[in-house]
Amino acid sequence: MRLINIKPSRTTQLLLALLPFVLLVVAYGIGSAARLAENPSDKLLPALGTITDAINRLAFVPDPRTGDYILWSDTWASIGRLFAALGISTAIALVVGMLVGMIPYWRALLAPFLAAISMLPPLALLPILFIVLGLGETSKITLIVIGVAPIMIRDLVLRVLELPREMIVKAETLGGTSWQIGLRVVLPQILPRLITSLRLQLGPAWLFLIAAEAISADSGLGYRIFLVRRYLSMDVIFPYVIWITLLAVLTNLLLDWLRIRIFPWSELGKGT
Amino acid sequence: MIEVDNVWKEYGDQIVLERVSLTIADRAFVALVGPSGCGKTTFLKLLLGDERPSQGTIRLDGAPLSPEPGPDRGVVFQRYSVFPHLTVLGNVLLGKEFTASRIAARLGGAARRASIEEARALVAEVGLTGSEDKYPAQLSGGMQQRLALAQALIMRPRVLLLDEPFGALDPGIRADIHILMKRLWNETNLTVVMVTHDMREAFTLATRVVAFERPRNAPAERQRYGASLSQDISVWPPRVAGGSDPDILTLSPDRDDPIHPTGPSRDDPAHLPEGARP
Repeated sequence: MRLINIKPSRTTQLLLALLPFVLLVVAYGIGSAARLAENPSDKLLPALGTITDAINRLAFVPDPRTGDYILWSDTWASIGRLFAALGISTAIALVVGMLVGMIPYWRALLAPFLAAISMLPPLALLPILFIVLGLGETSKITLIVIGVAPIMIRDLVLRVLELPREMIVKAETLGGTSWQIGLRVVLPQILPRLITSLRLQLGPAWLFLIAAEAISADSGLGYRIFLVRRYLSMDVIFPYVIWITLLAVLTNLLLDWLRIRIFPWSELGKGT
Repeated sequence: MIEVDNVWKEYGDQIVLERVSLTIADRAFVALVGPSGCGKTTFLKLLLGDERPSQGTIRLDGAPLSPEPGPDRGVVFQRYSVFPHLTVLGNVLLGKEFTASRIAARLGGAARRASIEEARALVAEVGLTGSEDKYPAQLSGGMQQRLALAQALIMRPRVLLLDEPFGALDPGIRADIHILMKRLWNETNLTVVMVTHDMREAFTLATRVVAFERPRNAPAERQRYGASLSQDISVWPPRVAGGSDPDILTLSPDRDDPIHPTGPSRDDPAHLPEGARP
């Protein structure tokens, strides 16, 4: 049988999915053991036990100086910034995306401008933001919004323009006004795409968040990683990186689940 | 009555339609036929208001046609006529909701219940009972087109425009939907204009078949000469909407089948009206 026609069973599929993760952990264990055998005070690849100790210390023992549970306070700080920024970006993208996609006058006004600013490298703006908005939360959230919103807007505009012309004409023959067509025909059809667009922007959003936190913050996951880098604390950095990845993966899954729950029809047309 | 008076349509230098004049009587069923690229669909878009004529006028019941699509002219396209995010019932209700609720475009309470009654009746009329809560992606192509018809008819349009609506359907399903289409045309107060590339469909359904053709079709001439009307055939025997003539629903001059010698034929003087006999 051809390879393209051999499909794994569900169990095999699960085992295969787990395999790369297991291999990674095993490879790490071997590498770490080899280095530690040579030099017991090696900091580059700490033993899994050391990492567990660090996780325990960060997550379940209050910090002696502040009394905070560091991992959780960092997580809340970062998540708060990230979600605030993503919320703002989504709202902007929805309003601007629909206006530009549906109304030719808005398109003439904003499409070239959006095409230009979505090419702006947001990190190059970071110094300006810090100077103008100060070092607080505003500048970090603004950075993420500037990095993420233009791309989401353009994605939505494309999606609105992809809606078949026939569908809009049909809505007009049913007596719909521009507002009604936006509300009942265009909006529901681009919301699933908005969620997908948001999922795809999670990666860049985290990137901008960590960059901003690395440069100036007093808490946050990115702040912590760059703080302990000075002491080569790989036992803290590794779990933090994994934790950030896990948070991003969970957000991604949650958003997709939400899309299917709220817009069941958006899953029906697939594969046809 | 639709009056098309000396209409031209040009896109830049390209002339698509020229000197098109046509008067369509109330409750007629006109089929527009012709080779592909001869402007049938463009002409339909002009009637729809989705495109405007470069020259000439189109009047509906004596008044100039409004320059954008409106609820007086319903439409069914070959594809994308129904909304994928609404259920069958939701699709049919949408027109009602647009009309009744300007801002929210949603109905509530008694108005909603009344509209749902009306929508259900139409859904039953087009034979989709039992599928009210399905999404279009769960329907076959024929069912989607039935839904598109119901959705258009809830607005009680004066004119129904069909753009190759049954072109993508299997022959059997197409025959079923032809019978439905004839019945709807016969029972509702509709003038129908249908674009089709299928002659058989045109003569099966229509009261009148209008052909578009480019009189000059050499490559050098194609740019500067558009298509115009070349044939205007009244189907025999004449079909009249709203009559009790059972033939409208049953007799279908299916030209590929043996001809049944039951209906009146054009060449038989016995069937001509009294005064017209030789």
